[in-house]
Formats: sequence, structure tokens, C-alpha cells
Amino acid sequence: MKSKTMKGSRAARPGNSVLGKGAATAFLSPSLIFIGIFLLIPAFWTLYLGLTDYKLVGIEALNPSFVGIDNFTKALNDPQFLSSLKLTIIYVLGSAIFGQALLGFILAWVLNELSPRIRNIVELIVIFAWIVPGSVVAFLWFAFFNNEEGTLNAILGVNIDWLLDYPMLSIIIFNIWRGTAFSMLLFSAAIASIPKSHIEVARVAGASKMQQLRNIVLPSARSYILTNLLLITLWTFNDFGPYLLTGGGPGGETQILPIFIYDSALRYLDFGYGSAIAAIMLFLNLVISLIVLRMSRKGKK
Amino acid sequence: MRLFGKQIQLQDKRRIDERTKVEKVSTLAFVLLAVSFFAIPLMWLVLAPFDSDPTFRIKWPNWGLGNFSEMAENPYAYRSLMNSAIFSAGSGLAVILVGAPASYVLSRIKFAGRDAFLYILLLFSSIVTGSAAMVPLFLLSLRLNLIDTYQGVVLVLTGGLIPAAIFILKDFTDSIPKSYEESAQIFGASSFRILKDVVTPIIRPGLAVIFVWSFVQAWGNFLAPFILIRDINKQPAAVMMYSFYNDGGQAVFRTVAAFSLIYTIPVLAMYFYVNKKYGFRFYGGIKG
Repeated sequence: MKSKTMKGSRAARPGNSVLGKGAATAFLSPSLIFIGIFLLIPAFWTLYLGLTDYKLVGIEALNPSFVGIDNFTKALNDPQFLSSLKLTIIYVLGSAIFGQALLGFILAWVLNELSPRIRNIVELIVIFAWIVPGSVVAFLWFAFFNNEEGTLNAILGVNIDWLLDYPMLSIIIFNIWRGTAFSMLLFSAAIASIPKSHIEVARVAGASKMQQLRNIVLPSARSYILTNLLLITLWTFNDFGPYLLTGGGPGGETQILPIFIYDSALRYLDFGYGSAIAAIMLFLNLVISLIVLRMSRKGKK
Repeated sequence: MRLFGKQIQLQDKRRIDERTKVEKVSTLAFVLLAVSFFAIPLMWLVLAPFDSDPTFRIKWPNWGLGNFSEMAENPYAYRSLMNSAIFSAGSGLAVILVGAPASYVLSRIKFAGRDAFLYILLLFSSIVTGSAAMVPLFLLSLRLNLIDTYQGVVLVLTGGLIPAAIFILKDFTDSIPKSYEESAQIFGASSFRILKDVVTPIIRPGLAVIFVWSFVQAWGNFLAPFILIRDINKQPAAVMMYSFYNDGGQAVFRTVAAFSLIYTIPVLAMYFYVNKKYGFRFYGGIKG
């Protein structure tokens, strides 16, 4: 299988690749350049900037200097950063784990029992919420949550300024609405992959729905569930979406890490500090990704 | 004795019937609740564009198409949709042009270090997200004079989409037997002809899916143009959504309503197209 192409025998040996070494390199290199410029360089540049006091304005702009881990120690003592970290954890747990994954699983489980017609309609509505562009979704929820004219208050018969009084709850609901489709589709696939006969046998033996769920469905779908949890954790952790709904406010109450990075680096132009926060995020992303990759490898074996 | 046994069976059956009844009712209640949760906020997008007096409230409209003509008179609205089209088509094409050749090599040639390369690519692509890398991406664009340019946004979006595109296309190519290329080789076809007349037609569905996927990702992307574009004439629809306010800071509802729908329709159309043609349920599976 080695693509050692000798000069004369190049055409006719099946098993040889269509491409020679030179062509293969030419095919690969544009991607390598893109990956280098837009993945590798940004990652290492973030780490480097995090160790400097680089700002876009002021004296440091002309002559940024190396400050070692000052930015990182500053972050660990910065109540604003710590609060942002806490909000991010609440956001991920609330909207991804308890929201999207749980709701997605229950939907997949329940829809599996219903007639294909109803199932398709429900799935389509949930998928719609997923594919509508994020900016439009944010406006829909901005309207829905509105204090005076919002539909939510009209339905519940209350007068609450959701985005002002319950901002975290608002962005969590917003993200559950927007992202549940992915978990639902993944879990549908997982449930569909369980042989019908397994569930049938359990049903005939008199197992209740709950017992079927606990003894058959959950164990078989285990790897799907873990993969799904980690993926949506990674995405939600890096989600800039709430910015569209609250801008991080009121008073920083929804300033999750992506918004915190934006505010410190691109709004207040403190690139050093913003990059240090971004580097912490890169590190946490690395931890989550390594767990995902390790698990998916195990799954393959 | 036999009678007794039968009675127990009947009791059991009744109990099971009752249990399933409770289950059915609660299932129905849950489905209704879930459908309301997902459908009600969407109703605004369906009704408000055709309401001559839209507000935040979801209500039965005073039917009319005036909102669309009002939107058409707003030069920024139209231009931003064109800009979105440029960003999205540009990214879709660039992702194909750059990603497809690489995925072909990665699928067909087992060179040393290939698996390590794929592993590192997968790892870095999930770590380096737009949120975590916005500072260097902004500085990079600043240094390369790409701020306020179409190329800048297209390049950054392409860079972000390429890893996933390579994986999806590689999987797709892996599923196609090598024998097509091999038989063409035996007949003495040149590499170029094999790529053009054998490989490209076979992987065309994969390319179409990747193009649509990249297009949709770029169409909805907010962060990249938000950071890299300052000129309002170059803003895409995702950012322009937030510019339709009057001097009093009140949303210009008629324009926003029509604009939201027009901006949404292309992705819905693409979803139905891909779903129908390829039955690709995992469309958009990897979000930005």
C-alpha cells in the first residue's frame, strides 16, 4: 500500500494511489496553511499574549512587556472573573446538561412510542428552533420575554421583566430552546439502534416503561449519552449567543466567559488580560476534548 | 383453582391497562407542553411579518405585505442580506476548494503520521473556538489589513469550518470503494482524468452537503463579522438584525419582522433540500 511510485510503472499498479507524492502534498498544503494560521497560531498567540500587558491604547500599546503569570494571578483574585466562571458553570449545567440533554432524551424516548406522523411534526418544530439563525432566535426571545408586550407574561398572567429580574434563567431557557434538537436527534438515533426485540422481550416479561428505560435503554445508549454530554458542554461553554439577548447584563449578571473575554479584550482593549482568560478557556476546552477523544477511542475498541 | 388463576390474570391485566392509561395521558401532556414551548416563540416569526402593526406580542395579524415593501426601501436591509450571501457562498466555496483535496488524500493515502495528524486536527479544532480565539483572530486581521474586508471574514470562517469539513468528507470518501479509481488506473487513465471524471462525480453528494453546511454556518455566524467588520455597508444580516432601531431606541418592528423572515428562509430552504435529497438528518450537526 505504500505509495512509492517508481517512474515507469506508475500507471497500472492497482493499489497504488492515484496521486503521487508531489500531488498529495499539493492537495494537503492549503489545508495545512489554513489550520496553521487559524488554529495553531491563534492558540499559541493567546498563550503568549496572556503573559504580556499588551493593550491597544496607552503606553503598553507601543511597548508591551512580558509580565509572566501576573494576568493569571490577577484573574484568580478578580471577583468579576470568578463570578463569570461561576455563571458559566451554571449556564452549562442548566442549559446543556439539565436542559438540552434531559429534555432531548425525554423527547426522543417519548416520540419513539408515538405514531410516525406526530413524531415527524414534533421533531420538525424542535429542529426549526435549531436551524433558525441565532440572531433571529435572540430577537424572538427578546420579544417573548418583553416586560410590557411580551407573550410570556400574557400567557402566565404576570408582569415580570424577565431579562432584568431573571437574566440567568432567561438565557438558560433561550439556550435550551435553541439547542435541544441536537440531543434529541442523537438520542433518537441511539434508541433506534437498540434491537426492537430487546425491548419487546422486556415488555412481554412485564417490565414497566421505567424498568425498560433503566435496564435496557440507558445501558445501551450509554456511550451516546456521554459523548453528547461532553459535546454540548464544550459548545455551551464556548457559546457567545447570550450576548445577543442580554449583552452580558444587567450589571454583568449574564457575563459568561466568552462575553467576559469580549468585554475585557475587545471592548476595554486590555488584550493581555483578555487573552489570559481566553488561555484559561483553551485549557478547559483541552480537558473536555481529551475526555471526549479518549472515550470515543474506547468506544471504537 | 383454574378460575382463581384466571381472576388474578384479569386483575393484573386491569392494573396494566390502568398503568398504560396514566402513561398515555402523561405522555400526551408532556408532548403538548414541549410542542408549545418550541412552537409559541416561533409564531412571532410566522405571523409578525404579515401584520401591518407588529409589536413584541404574538397576535393574529392585520394581514398585509406592507412590511416587506417597507423593508425593501431600507437600503441597509437589502445590502446586509447580499453581504451574508457573499460571506456564506465565499466560505462554502473556500471550504470545498481547500478541504476536499485534503480529505481525499487523507482518505486514500496512508502516509506516516496520518493518524497523529488527524488526532491533532480533531483536538485543536475543538479547543480553538471563536470565543477562545477572538483576540488573536482580531489582531491577525488587524495586522494583515483584513478588518472591514469580505476576505477577512471569509478566511476566518473558512479556517474555523475546515477541520470539521475534512472529517465529514473523509468519512464520506472512506465509504466509497477504491475499485473505481483502480479500474480507471488499469485502463491507463491519467491522474487528472481519474480525479475529474471518476472521483469528483462520486463524491459530489458529499461536496454538496459540505457546501450547504458551510453556507448555513456562515449565514448564521454573528461573532466573526461582529468583531471584524466595522463598516455598516459590509455588515451581514446576523449583525444588521440589531441595527433596526429608531432614534428613540424603539425597534422598527415592521422592518425587523419582514427582515427576520427573509433572513431565515434560505436556511430553511436548504434544510428541506438536503433533507429531501440526501436524508441527512444530522445536517448542521457540528455547530460553530
